Amino acid sequence: MFHFASALTGRMNMQAFPRDTITAGGALSMVFALIAIAAFLTYKKRWKWLWKEWLTSLDPKRIGVMYIIVALVMLLRGLGDVLLIRTQQATSVGSSHGILNSDHFQQIFSAHGSIMIFFVAMGLMFGLINLILPLHIGARDVAFPFLNSVAFWLFVAGMALMNLSIIFGEFSAAGWLAYPPLSELQYSPGVGVDYWIWSLQIAGVGSLLSGVNFLTTIFKMRAPGMTMMKMPIFVWSVLCSMLLVVFAFPILTVTLALLYFDRSLGMHFFTSTGGGNPMMYVNLIWAWGHPEVYILVLPAFGIYSEVVATFARKRLFGYKSMVWALGAITFLSFSVWLHHFFTMGAGADVNAFFGIMTMVIAVPTGVKIFNWLFTMYHGRILFATPMLWFMGFIATFTVGGVAGVLMAVPPADFQIHNSLFLVAHFHTMIIGGVVFGYFAGITYWFPKIFGFKLNERLGRYAFWSWLVGFLLAFIPLYILGFMGATRRLDHYSASEGWQGLFIVAGVGVLFVLLGVGFQILQFIVSIIQRKQNIDATGDPWNGRTLEWSAPSPVPFYNFTTIPEVHSRDAFWETKRAKISMPPRYEDITLPKNSPMGIFIAAFAFMVGFGCIWHIVWLIVLGLIGVVITVLVRSADEDTEETTTAAEVKRLDRVARKVAA
Amino acid sequence: MNKKRLSLILIGVAVAITLAAVFLHGHNFAVLNPQGEVGRKERNLMYVALVMSLVVVIPVFVMLFGFAWTYREGNKKAMYKPNWDHNRTIESIWWGVPTLLITILAVIAWNSSHDLDPYKALVSNKQPIQVEVVALDWKWLFIYPQQNIASVNFLQFPVDTPVNYTITSDAPMNSFWIPSLGGQVYAMSGMTTQLHLMANKIGDFEGSSANISGTGFAGMRFVARASSQADFDSWVAMVKGQDTPLNTTDYKNLAKPSENNPASYYSSVQSNLFDDILLKYMAPGSTVHNGSMAGMSM
Repeated sequence: MFHFASALTGRMNMQAFPRDTITAGGALSMVFALIAIAAFLTYKKRWKWLWKEWLTSLDPKRIGVMYIIVALVMLLRGLGDVLLIRTQQATSVGSSHGILNSDHFQQIFSAHGSIMIFFVAMGLMFGLINLILPLHIGARDVAFPFLNSVAFWLFVAGMALMNLSIIFGEFSAAGWLAYPPLSELQYSPGVGVDYWIWSLQIAGVGSLLSGVNFLTTIFKMRAPGMTMMKMPIFVWSVLCSMLLVVFAFPILTVTLALLYFDRSLGMHFFTSTGGGNPMMYVNLIWAWGHPEVYILVLPAFGIYSEVVATFARKRLFGYKSMVWALGAITFLSFSVWLHHFFTMGAGADVNAFFGIMTMVIAVPTGVKIFNWLFTMYHGRILFATPMLWFMGFIATFTVGGVAGVLMAVPPADFQIHNSLFLVAHFHTMIIGGVVFGYFAGITYWFPKIFGFKLNERLGRYAFWSWLVGFLLAFIPLYILGFMGATRRLDHYSASEGWQGLFIVAGVGVLFVLLGVGFQILQFIVSIIQRKQNIDATGDPWNGRTLEWSAPSPVPFYNFTTIPEVHSRDAFWETKRAKISMPPRYEDITLPKNSPMGIFIAAFAFMVGFGCIWHIVWLIVLGLIGVVITVLVRSADEDTEETTTAAEVKRLDRVARKVAA
Repeated sequence: MNKKRLSLILIGVAVAITLAAVFLHGHNFAVLNPQGEVGRKERNLMYVALVMSLVVVIPVFVMLFGFAWTYREGNKKAMYKPNWDHNRTIESIWWGVPTLLITILAVIAWNSSHDLDPYKALVSNKQPIQVEVVALDWKWLFIYPQQNIASVNFLQFPVDTPVNYTITSDAPMNSFWIPSLGGQVYAMSGMTTQLHLMANKIGDFEGSSANISGTGFAGMRFVARASSQADFDSWVAMVKGQDTPLNTTDYKNLAKPSENNPASYYSSVQSNLFDDILLKYMAPGSTVHNGSMAGMSM
């Protein structure tokens, strides 16, 4: 029998729209924000500009900026979720049940984790890599510029799908890693887990493409003379991180696919019954998930290395140690995944092995910290905002590392696993390690991309608000963990005596929001006062690496002449030797803009949406669309355009005259 | 830094510590204040790991703030060596010292993982109590096979006596945790895990599920009561005296999702109930809602 309505809309019906006030409020504010932006663009007649200059751009700098904008917007969404989570936990005590029901609360923390990792941390990381990696290695572009655009738009499609769950249907309530059997159809029959699967799946494919792209870029496109051991340490850190992406993300893709097969095709990979094994999923997801942590933090390590050398006005200490430490961390990160579930009962030998491997990672990480500290030693340190983020990172990351060593001892972990101590630990690592690093990177490289510096005073306010907020938000969680408070509780009895600490943690969130407020203000004020903060030299921080040799804002072709590299701090050495090369102009060929990345991602979005709601025609249409767009693009021979040497000369003069 | 600023910071720190002490006084730090030998050993391990980490962490903090202060831009007296970028001796120190510490910690981790293996029986001259634990949506069922009784969300056992828990789930994965007595172990359907704990003091301890298992999971709290042997015996007698048997049909009803269940007791338990719960996930083609596989394990 053919049911037209169900063939047309799958599982979707009017029940899919939000009915409680908070979700409806979230959905409406999202819709209004989109309408407001659209109205503004129409009023300013900026649609064409947006499409031609930005959305279809294959320039990695533009793609990088777009990644960062999406990530910062998602940061606001993630923080909004936090506000709800902490409000619930501060008020839902004893006879009071707070503002959310359990299911909604669980959807919110699942969304919080997924968004913060996949669309904030990953977005900031790929954004900064796009901005800086080609400049750092003296290249004009990435190896596969079109692939880069596809990867970005797949990231956007995944992000859109996850946020769409507020408007149509629901989100997963099974935690950010959706362990089965809870995430199986039997216990989560709705569309929530499918939203989770498909937004990660689509964004994850984008991440894998980016990994391949940046690896190739590093291997094939370095400036002449830049041997591996002359690469800036940020490039090494990206190399290691992207290696992890290439090895780890296929595991995620397969694991998500198997979970989806279980849910939609009645298979039994991870079910409790029918011969499935949920713990297989837990192993697989962490075989991706642990490297993922290092995928995020290694580029941040690279940024810290650049920042500390620049602001201490000194060569990075122990370059070779740093490279070996990065390599060791990369290798070891695949041998520790089981420490996320010592409590599975795998047995003493297995637990001890993974516990020891985990501790071993502390050695190269510690080496990096000492090398950074000795970069400061005998330096001449300027405490600009990026340096403050660096100092904040060393302090918080070290404390978080101690918590990590505690949990690496399996029997000790039995007592703090899944407690708020664990939550505090990984937030210390991710906020102190990853987020602080990317904020440092944004502040540090902002003038290179936009031609003016960010307001220092507001940057300092933002830093201190974040730091105080972070301490207030997470010290109580460490304490609560020792009191036996588990994570993800939407309610507890008054006799526990936890409420006070939850309130303090909530106040911490307000301080973090204040910090974000200062950051938004910082962007606005800096744009308004850009004339005062203009970077006339192209080298506002007295930098050491190649990007500072180009004018700011850096032109679309990056370098008029591809620089030659003779030493590690290539630009610093050029400045010291007072070498100034006479400009030599040449024809520069770069890829044309292309909207095909957007189309591919739009079709992928359809496939995802169709799979979530079981709308077969949409899945088929999306798949055909993807294939056709890829074929059309592949058949397009006219994908590049050349800027003549004369035009480059003119542009360069303009850039440097404006600069000078 | 001038003296006024420094004294302000010190006063601030002192006030914060005092406030924290007042605020936290009287709270139960279950993990740091264990009432049983397993929990005590696990806490001591945390302290050992903490002290060993401090060997590295304290120098890091001293150097971080010391170097930042000494080599600040304004201090022109400090030595500035922009090209000093490696030194084999000191780099060997920070590859070497952490390696040494981690080696020691690795030995501790290996030994303690075996010593505190949750599957390992505790040494005692008392006969251990057996408890079969079943995580349900959203409550805990405790079956006492030796006494042939069962309870929901309430555990009682004699003090200074090992309790051997055999744990499974008839619901999504949970984690069985009594922080005052020692670490947790997952409860997984179709599988059993084991945990051995012993209380060394009389008292009521809180237990919970540490792993999310659906909407009612926050309410999966239970009391674990360590009492004298006499009190335990009279509790068993009291439960046996009720007329509340737990047969397959009762179990099916009990296994249906329900939240915030109060403690309740069963005067007898259908034989092999625990094995039946386990087996229904193992039998080929069985469905989860089918609880009538009793014949198989007879």
